[in-house]
Amino acid sequence: MNRDIATQGLEVLTLTLGGQVFAIEAAHVREILDLVAVTEVPTADPFVGGLINVRGKVVPLADLRHRFDMPRPEPSVDTRIIVLEVELADEAMTVALIADKVHEVTEIAASALEETPRIGLRWRQDYIRCIAKRDGEFIVVLDIAAIFSVETRRSDRPDDRSKASNAA
Amino acid sequence: MTPSDPRDIFRQEAQDLLALLETTLLDLEHGPDNAELIDTTFRALHTIKGSGAMFGFDAAAAFTHHVETAFDRVRQGKLVANHELISLALRARDHMRALIEEPEVDAAAGDDILAALAVIVEGGAAPVVAAAAPVDAKAPAAGQGWHIGVRLPQDAMANGTKPVLLLDELRELGAATIRAVVDRVPTLAEIDPTGCYLGWEIDLVTAAPASAVEDVFIFVRDEMELTIAPLAAAPDAAPPAISAVVVAAPPAADKPQAKPAASEPARDAGRNAAASSIRVPAFRLDELMERVGELVITQSRLRQIAALSDDNQIKAVAEEIERLVLELRDTTMGIRMVPIGSLFGRFRRVVHDLSRDLGKEVDLVMHGEETELDKTVIEQLNDPLVHMIRNAIDHGIEGPSDRLAAGKAAVGRMELSAEHVGTEVLITLKDDGRGLDRARIRARAEERGLIAPGAVLSDSELFQVLFLPGFSTAQTVTSLSGRGVGMDVVRRTIEALNGTIDLASAPGQGTTVTLRLPLTLAIIDGLLVRVGTGRYVLPLAAVEECVEMTPAEDARARGLSFLGLRGDLVPFIRLRELFLTHAPPDPFQKVVVVSASCGKVGLAVDQVIGQHQTVIKSLSKMHADIDMFSGATILGDGTVALILDVSNLVAYGQARSESERRAGGANGRSAA
Repeated sequence: MNRDIATQGLEVLTLTLGGQVFAIEAAHVREILDLVAVTEVPTADPFVGGLINVRGKVVPLADLRHRFDMPRPEPSVDTRIIVLEVELADEAMTVALIADKVHEVTEIAASALEETPRIGLRWRQDYIRCIAKRDGEFIVVLDIAAIFSVETRRSDRPDDRSKASNAA
Repeated sequence: MTPSDPRDIFRQEAQDLLALLETTLLDLEHGPDNAELIDTTFRALHTIKGSGAMFGFDAAAAFTHHVETAFDRVRQGKLVANHELISLALRARDHMRALIEEPEVDAAAGDDILAALAVIVEGGAAPVVAAAAPVDAKAPAAGQGWHIGVRLPQDAMANGTKPVLLLDELRELGAATIRAVVDRVPTLAEIDPTGCYLGWEIDLVTAAPASAVEDVFIFVRDEMELTIAPLAAAPDAAPPAISAVVVAAPPAADKPQAKPAASEPARDAGRNAAASSIRVPAFRLDELMERVGELVITQSRLRQIAALSDDNQIKAVAEEIERLVLELRDTTMGIRMVPIGSLFGRFRRVVHDLSRDLGKEVDLVMHGEETELDKTVIEQLNDPLVHMIRNAIDHGIEGPSDRLAAGKAAVGRMELSAEHVGTEVLITLKDDGRGLDRARIRARAEERGLIAPGAVLSDSELFQVLFLPGFSTAQTVTSLSGRGVGMDVVRRTIEALNGTIDLASAPGQGTTVTLRLPLTLAIIDGLLVRVGTGRYVLPLAAVEECVEMTPAEDARARGLSFLGLRGDLVPFIRLRELFLTHAPPDPFQKVVVVSASCGKVGLAVDQVIGQHQTVIKSLSKMHADIDMFSGATILGDGTVALILDVSNLVAYGQARSESERRAGGANGRSAA
C-alpha cells in the first residue's frame, strides 16, 4: 500500500467474482458493458482467451476467475464486461474484464484500507493492492497493472506458445 | 488549405530537383557520354539556380551557378563527366541542399568544393578544348542564329518572371537585336499595371543550338508562346508570323511554334504530371483511411440487415453502397501506395559513398523498383535497409585484392530487389561477399551464453543470434558498423510492420537478407471460413483454390499431413486440430489451398462462408505471441474474427510434412 492512498483514500468500482466482492480502482475503468459476443482465441492462455468488439476496437477479454481458480457459471443477466485502461510496459492498453456482477463506484476512506495480510488469503498476493473494510465486510482491491503485466510475462513460457510457433 | 509561402513551394520543388540531380549524376557515372543525362543534369542545375534566385535563395543560386557552368562545359563537350567531377557534383548537391533547407548554414563551406571544381574545369578543359576547338572557336557565321518570337503570359510578372533578365540571358548567347511587339497593349483604362502585355522579336546571332535558346525560357516555357526559326530562313519564313502579330491577330501567333527536339514531349508530359499532382499531409491520408475502415465495417452490417430484409429497395441500395464502398476503399488505398523505387533511389548514393569510404568498389543492381507498397511501410524501411546495406559493404564484401584472390571480380556486386508474392512484398538484399562466418558467430554466441556449447543448430537458428541486441562479431569497430547496435533494431522495425526477416548465407559466396512485408496495414480482401463455431479470415490474395473432401478422402487422409491434389502432394493442416476445437466436424470438410513464398498448404475447415472485406486490427500484446494469427477484424454482426497468418501456417505445414516424410509413412502416421 503506497503512501498517497494511505492518506487520501481510494475511489473504486466494486464487483463480484465467484461469490467474493472485489474492487478495482475507478481510475482504470473506462466503461461497463453488457455481455457481448466473445470470440475465442485458440491456444491462448484461458485467462485472456477471448476478444470482443468495443466500439470498433478489438479488445482482449480477461477472465480473472481463471487466475483465481473460481467456478465459472454460465453468464446471467448480471454478467458485465468492464473495459479498463492499463499501462503496460509504458504503453496504454485497453483490456476488458468479465465480472459476475458489478455493484457501484464508491469512495473508500483511507482509514478503512489495510495492507495485504501475508497469510490467510486464497489469492496470489501480488495481484492484490490492499484490503478494504466496509460494512463489516472485507473487499479485496485488485492490482490491475500487476495482474496484466504478470500475464505478459507468463506468455513467454514456451508451453503457452502455439503449436505453429514451436514447429516453425 | 492555407495559401503556402512561395519559399516553401520552392523548397519542395528543390527537393525533387535535388533528388533528380542525384540519380542522374549516379547514372552518369555509368554512362559519362550519355547526352540526355548530361542535359537533365544541366537543366536541374539551371532550374535550381533560376528559381532559387527568384525566391531569394541567393547563396544557393550563386553556388549552383558555378556547378551549372561546369556542366555547361560538359554539355558542350569541353569537359568529361569523369568520376572526379561526379563525386564533386554530388558533394556540391549536398551543399546546395544545405543552403536551401537551412539558409543560415555557413556558405563558406562550399568554397573548397568550388575551388576543386575550378581546378577540374580549368585543368580538365585544356586538352579537350583542343579537340573541340575547330567547331567551337569559330565565331558564328554571319546569319547563323535564330529568329525568336516571345510572348509571355499576362500574369508572368505577378508570378515573379522578369522579362528583362530573360532578354539579358539571350544577349549572353550572342548579338541580339530586340524589338518589342506592342499590339496587345490595351487602352489605358483596361491596363493592369502588373500585367505583361508586350511581346518581343529577337534576331539572335549565335552558334548556340535552339535548345539553348529554349533553356533561357525554361521556367515559363509551359505558359508562354515561343517561336524559334533559323535566322537565315527568317526573312522569308518569319514574316507571316510577324505580320500576323503586327496586324493584331493574336490567335495566329499561337500556332507557328517551332516544335523542338523529340525530348520535349516527354519533358512536357513529366511537367504536366507534376502540375496535376498535389501534396497532402500524411496524417490526412491516415485519417481518410481510418474513416474508410469504419465505413467498410458499417457497410457489412448494412449488408447483413439487407440480406434479412424482404424489402427489395433496401437490398438494391445496400448493393449499390457496397459497390461504392469497395471502389472508395481501392481508391483510398491506391493513394497510399508508392513505388518502392523512390526509396531504392536513395541507396545508390549510400552505396556510392560507402564504397568510396571503404575503398571497395561495389555495383548496386536494382530490380522491381516499380513494386508498390503502402507509404507508411516504405517510410519505415529506410533505416533498416540502410543498415543492411552498410553491413553488407562493411562486413560482407571483401576488398578488391581479397576478392581477386578468391577468384571473384574485383568489383563487388549487390542486388536489391522487390517483388509481390501473394499478399506480401519480398525485399531481398543479396551480396557476393564472403558470407557469414558460422564458426565465429557460434564462438561469439557461446562466449556470451546465448547458445549452449555444442548445441546442434540449423543455419537459420544460428543466424537468429545476429538479431539479438548487442551482438557483434566484428573484430574492429568502424564508424559504420560493428558496434552491435543495429540488427536488433532492424528486426524490431520489421516486426512492428508485421513483417519478418530471414538470413541465408553460403560461405565465400555471399549473404542474402530477405524481408517479407504485408502489402498494406489497413484493409484486405478476405475469405471468411468457419472452424467449429469460430469464424476466421484468410487473405484472399493468398487463396489458390477451395476443394471439398469426400468422406472417403477424409477418412483416407486421417492422420496424414499431406493431401493428393491433382497428382501433387500438398501439406495439409486440419485447423480444428490446431485450434483444439471440440465441436463435432461437419461431414464434408473443405480444404482451402493457400500459398506463401515458401510454398503451398491446404487448410481443412468446416465451412467456406464467403468473401469479406477485412479491416485489419492488430492483436494486443497479450496475443502477439500466437503466430497462427496475424490480426483480427470486425465482422458485419459486430463480432470479432481472427485473421490467419498464412505464411506461418504454410511454414508449419511444410515443416511437419517434411519431417513426416523423412520419418517414413508408418512413423509419420503415429507422429501426426
